[in-house]
Amino acid sequence: MLVLGIIITTIGTTFLFLGSLGLLRLPDVYNRLQAGTKCTTLGAFLTIIGVGIMQPDWLPKTLVIALFILTTNPISNHALGRASRKSGVSLCDKSVVDKANEFEGYKEKE
Amino acid sequence: MSEIIFLAIIGLAISLCLLRMLKGPTAPDRAVAVDTIATITTALLVLLAFIFERYVYLDVALVYAVLTFIGSVAIARFLEKGI
Repeated sequence: MLVLGIIITTIGTTFLFLGSLGLLRLPDVYNRLQAGTKCTTLGAFLTIIGVGIMQPDWLPKTLVIALFILTTNPISNHALGRASRKSGVSLCDKSVVDKANEFEGYKEKE
Repeated sequence: MSEIIFLAIIGLAISLCLLRMLKGPTAPDRAVAVDTIATITTALLVLLAFIFERYVYLDVALVYAVLTFIGSVAIARFLEKGI
């Protein structure tokens, strides 16, 4: 049980590190949101579940925390992405298409 | 032994996010970095509860997760249309 928990927690912390590396290296707010949302959600989920497996008495409460993060982290990052698009942050130079320009309220400000 | 490796990796991740928060050209960059740091810190608090063997620290992690969610949504609303 302990070995399984250590393996899962190692995978989780590795995902946390990769997410923050992507946050540092990627060129754009929206690309950074990709790294900061997906990798960090999976990493935190696996880390917390791994602690719950290492200490089986704590499994219900760690499950509650992990499910809460799994639900709310994409919501808050989605709100941040929408806010940054509406406040007029432009895309990076290599972007090919920007469909949001066609909608009202999302037009690029000069 | 494995706890030290976990703490080292998480510390490295938080310092990379801090670098982005200091560098970030626009305000949403910094907001994204702060939100990522908050999620990593929740995982760190659960890990610390395991290392110190205290069940109560899990409550701290849960309350921290709730408060950072509310804070991120409030920052997003402020960036979108002001107060």
